[in-house]
Amino acid sequence: MQPGLRRFSPVAMTVIGIILTLIMLFPLYWMLINSLETSQQIFAIPVAIVPSQITFASYIEVFQTQLPHLVTSLVISIGTALLAIVIATPAAYGLAHFRFRVTLLIVFCLLLTQMIPTVTLATPMFLIFNKLGLLNSYLGLVLADSTYAVPFAILILRAFFLSIPYELAQAAFVDGTGEWGAFIRVILPLVLPGVVTAALFAFLFAWGDFIYALTLITTSSIVVPVSLSIYSYIGQYSNAWNNAMAVATLACIPAAILLVLFQRYITAGLTSGALKG
Amino acid sequence: MSTKTQAFIKERAETRKGVKRRRRLRRFPLARVTFLLPAIIYMLLFYGYPLFYSIQVSLEKYDLQAEISGVAAFVGLNNYIAVVQDPTFRDAAIHTLLFTVLSIVPQFILGMALAVFFYRYFPLSRLLRALFLLPWLVPLIVSGTVWKWLFNETNGLIDQILAGLHLLPPHFGWLTTPGWALAALIIANIWLGIPFNLAILYSGLQSIDHEFYEAAAIDGANRWQSFRYVTVPLLEPVIGIVLMLGFIYTIKVFDIIYVITQGGPGNTTQTFSTWSYTLSFSEQLFGQGAAQANIILVISLIVALLYLWWSRRTTQWI
Repeated sequence: MQPGLRRFSPVAMTVIGIILTLIMLFPLYWMLINSLETSQQIFAIPVAIVPSQITFASYIEVFQTQLPHLVTSLVISIGTALLAIVIATPAAYGLAHFRFRVTLLIVFCLLLTQMIPTVTLATPMFLIFNKLGLLNSYLGLVLADSTYAVPFAILILRAFFLSIPYELAQAAFVDGTGEWGAFIRVILPLVLPGVVTAALFAFLFAWGDFIYALTLITTSSIVVPVSLSIYSYIGQYSNAWNNAMAVATLACIPAAILLVLFQRYITAGLTSGALKG
Repeated sequence: MSTKTQAFIKERAETRKGVKRRRRLRRFPLARVTFLLPAIIYMLLFYGYPLFYSIQVSLEKYDLQAEISGVAAFVGLNNYIAVVQDPTFRDAAIHTLLFTVLSIVPQFILGMALAVFFYRYFPLSRLLRALFLLPWLVPLIVSGTVWKWLFNETNGLIDQILAGLHLLPPHFGWLTTPGWALAALIIANIWLGIPFNLAILYSGLQSIDHEFYEAAAIDGANRWQSFRYVTVPLLEPVIGIVLMLGFIYTIKVFDIIYVITQGGPGNTTQTFSTWSYTLSFSEQLFGQGAAQANIILVISLIVALLYLWWSRRTTQWI
């Protein structure tokens, strides 16, 4: 007798499954639907679960002010993904195939970094970045967001490199290539899916980052990623929830596009122990 | 010297050169180090140094004045003593514990129930399971904002439904009532954690060999017994991983609390994380903020080390 509800027919299971999924995703539905309503509609009593009419007025209202923040987030997220890949890919390869005396220690430390609270880094990073003049800059946020993305990318890529035999690289040595040549020409093309997965997650981390943006961006800054702008929006307009939901929905779009485009990579990332901090 | 000997010497020399060459090719120590160097330098500068600096700051009278003048006096463990003696510390400890335990347990139970539900293939099961993971991938600031609106006092949906059912007075104000604000945060956090529990427990269930269930069925085990005596013991390592990682990830939650309540009303949802942040960035007591952050760091490290030690056999992370 295996786990599962054998009593129910497959069709009944589908119906139950759909109901459960609708309940689970309801907050996201609510965000989307409220973003398409007027403030009269969202403050009506009783409120309509399915609106009688929809409008894009909220989007039109927030689009102009939020577009620069979306672009800022995009720049920071792409920057983080690139930095993470450039730094992490060779390191992951080295940790997978070269047996250094410190390999185990490094992997262990990388695992620990995934479990260390981000808030521990917030205070010292603010003070250090203030001295270095990295507050309110794209570079500062990329460097900060990468503290999570780089170790994560190394761990995930290392798993990919371990699945490729080192003998492939050794075969290339016969042709007179060095470690780097063999790595770039022979190994790298084989782990491209791993590189895409790592880049994708680095992008998503940076896109979703809130604490570093909150810490390293001061009020007068022009570099304001969308996560921080949502936060100030709900602080500033405490009743314009339809507009707030429109900003929130816009902030989901890039992630949604990536999820649809790279669905199989996401699954690979999640199942290899990829965890959101 | 005969040509034969010459040939022999030449051959030997070549072989030796060959061996030497091959050995050199097999390990280029310097080239190999360059693979790791960028990562090590980056991590030491932007992870290691801030951690070290956090310890240093926590031992100094580092406030706004010190930040401006650039001189902070060494005060030993005074910041730690001040932090621990502050009445908010005890409150934050209780909130952190409540938030963590009351999040993890329902997350686990719901995740387990869903994993069992999705165990058997049925039409659309894959798609529905994938959709269940969606909240995991939505930026936390977005989920936080949505939940803040759902619990809104003026016309939040949860408020309306409960008032409609006469369970709570209208415009109850979850987020402005002590106790209820923490409950609201826990509800939102349970929702956030279900996908993680479902994903890990589901893959754990998938890895149990069918034969165990067949054997149990032959022995006359009923549905509950086969779950209790086959699934649970075989799933034990996975259950341990889920609960320990759940603890590690929940104890450090910051975003969702800061977005929804900012630790309010009146510090009643202040946890270790948000309290550390408030000390540093609202009160500009960086020394105390760092001290509080280091206390969370130590707790997290202890649990993380326990986890890594405990899971060393079941997970091939090395």
